[in-house]
Amino acid sequence: MNTLTRRDFLKYAGALSVLGSAGCASLSSGSTPRIVVAGGGFGGATCAKYLRKLAGPAIGITLIEKNRRYVTCPFSNTVIGGLRTLDALTYTYDTLARKYNIDVVYDTVTSVDAAAKSVSLLGGKKLNYERLVISPGIDFIWGAIEGYDEAASETMPHAWKAGAQTALLRKQLVDMPDGGVVIIAAPADPFRCPPGPYERASLIAHYLQQSKPKSKIVILDAKDKFSKQPLFQDAWDELYKDMIEWVPGSQGGQVTRVDVKTHAIYAGNSEHKAAVINVIPAQKAGALAHSAGLANETGWCPVDPRTFESKLHPNIHVIGDACLGGKMPKSGYSAHSQAKVCAAQITALLLGQPPVDPSWINTCYSLIAPDYGITVAAVYRATPEGIVDVQGAGGVSPREAPRSVRAAEAIYADGWYKSVTSDAFS
Amino acid sequence: MIAAKFHVLGLAAALGCGSVNIAAAADLRGAILANPCAGCHGMDGVSTGSIPSINLLSADAIVAALKAFKSGERPGTVMDRIAKGYTDEEIQRIADYFQPLKNKIKP
Repeated sequence: MNTLTRRDFLKYAGALSVLGSAGCASLSSGSTPRIVVAGGGFGGATCAKYLRKLAGPAIGITLIEKNRRYVTCPFSNTVIGGLRTLDALTYTYDTLARKYNIDVVYDTVTSVDAAAKSVSLLGGKKLNYERLVISPGIDFIWGAIEGYDEAASETMPHAWKAGAQTALLRKQLVDMPDGGVVIIAAPADPFRCPPGPYERASLIAHYLQQSKPKSKIVILDAKDKFSKQPLFQDAWDELYKDMIEWVPGSQGGQVTRVDVKTHAIYAGNSEHKAAVINVIPAQKAGALAHSAGLANETGWCPVDPRTFESKLHPNIHVIGDACLGGKMPKSGYSAHSQAKVCAAQITALLLGQPPVDPSWINTCYSLIAPDYGITVAAVYRATPEGIVDVQGAGGVSPREAPRSVRAAEAIYADGWYKSVTSDAFS
Repeated sequence: MIAAKFHVLGLAAALGCGSVNIAAAADLRGAILANPCAGCHGMDGVSTGSIPSINLLSADAIVAALKAFKSGERPGTVMDRIAKGYTDEEIQRIADYFQPLKNKIKP
C-alpha cells in the first residue's frame, strides 16, 4: 500500500509555500500541497474529483470555474433536434464541493506565474499551487471566416459551446418555414467533436422530417472526409433520403465569408442563402492556454504524453480539447479519460514516484435518429512520439449491421451520457 | 485502503485536523487501466444508466468476459473493439482493480 503521508508531501514539496488547509489550526499552514484545477468541463471537473479519489484527503484541491452551471456539449445536438431540454444537460459543482471536499471558486484565472507557482483571479484572489491543471477547452478563431465574429454568432449561431447558443439555433429551426434550407458550415481538422457536425445534421433532419418535411440541409465542409463518414452517409440514405446534402471542401464546400446583413454565406465561388445558417468556426485552445504561454504555433498546447505536463512550463498540466493529445480526438470523453490519467500521475508525482504507464479509452456515440446510434472507439497508449491508438483495437460500428444493433447503440448512447456525466460531476 | 471509500465517509475528519495519513490508491497502475471503464460503466463500475454495472462481477467473470470480447467469441457493440486494446496481463489487472469495489452501494 502506498500511503500518501504528510511527511511525503513535505519531502516532496520542500520549503515551498503552499496554501494552508482552510480552517484547520493543527495543520500548520504550508503543510498541505494544493492542486489548482482551472476549468470545470469534463477535463477539469473529472480531474479534481479523481485527484480526491486517488490521492485522498491529504491534499487541497481547488477548482476554478467561471460559471455556476455547466451545460454539456455532448448530447447538445439532441436539444437542437428537439429531443431533450437544455435543463437535462445542465450540471452544478455542488456534489464535487460537498462530497469530494473540492474548494470550488467561481472566478476566472487572469494570470499564471509559473515561476512562483501561483494564479491570480479576476476577483482579486491569488492562489499558490503545487501543481496546476488547466482544462480551458476551446476558443474560436473569429475572423477566420470573413465577417464571422462573435456578434455575427448572434445571427448565425455556432452552437459549439453549449448553452444560449444551443437554444438560439433550436429557436431558429423552430421558427423557420417548411421548405427552408439549413446550412451547417463545418470546419477543417482539428476541432472539438469531429463527428458533431454530422450528428447535428442528422438530428436536425429528424426534426425537419417530422415537422417541416419539405426542408433541406446543406453541409458546407472545409474537409473532403469526416468522422464515421460511411456510417453517416449510409444512414442518411436510409433515413433521410435526399434531405441532407454534403458539399466537400474540394467541391465548393470551403466557406470563406458570411454577410450577416444579407444573411448570406459564401463558399467556393457561390453565394448561398438559407433560413438558418449554423457556422462552426475554426478553433484554438481556450484563452487561458494562450495568456499563460502554454500554446505553441499550432494554437494548441504541447504536453508530455504520459502526464500532460506542459512542454513549455513545468508543474502545469494541460488536458482536454486544449492539449495536443496525439491521436486522441477532441471530445468530452477524451478529456474525461485524460483527466483521470492526469490525476493518477499527479498522485504518483506527489508520492515521489515516477509516472505510471498510462492508458486511455475514447468512446464517442453519435445519434442519427433517436433509435439509431453509431460509435467510434479506441484504446490509446503513450509512446515517445505521443499518444497513439492500439493497432488492431477500436474502430467504428460495423457498416453492415441490422437495425437492432443501431437501436442498441442508441440505448447505450443514453447510458454512456448518464455514466460519463455522473462520473464527472456527481 | 481503497480510493472508493473516500467519498463516503470521513472527509471532514480526515481533511480537518489530526488525520492526514490517508492512503492513496493502492494500485495506481490498476487505477489508470480501470478508470476509463467508468466513463461508460459508471464510477467504480456502478452504472447509472443502460450500460451494465461491472462492480459486482468476480475477477474471473471480468477476465472471462474481456477475453471473450477480445477473441470475438462474444459479440458486443463496442466491447469487442475495446477489449482488443489490452494484453491478458492488463485484463487481469483491470479485473483485480474492481474486486474491492464490490461492497459499493448502488446509487
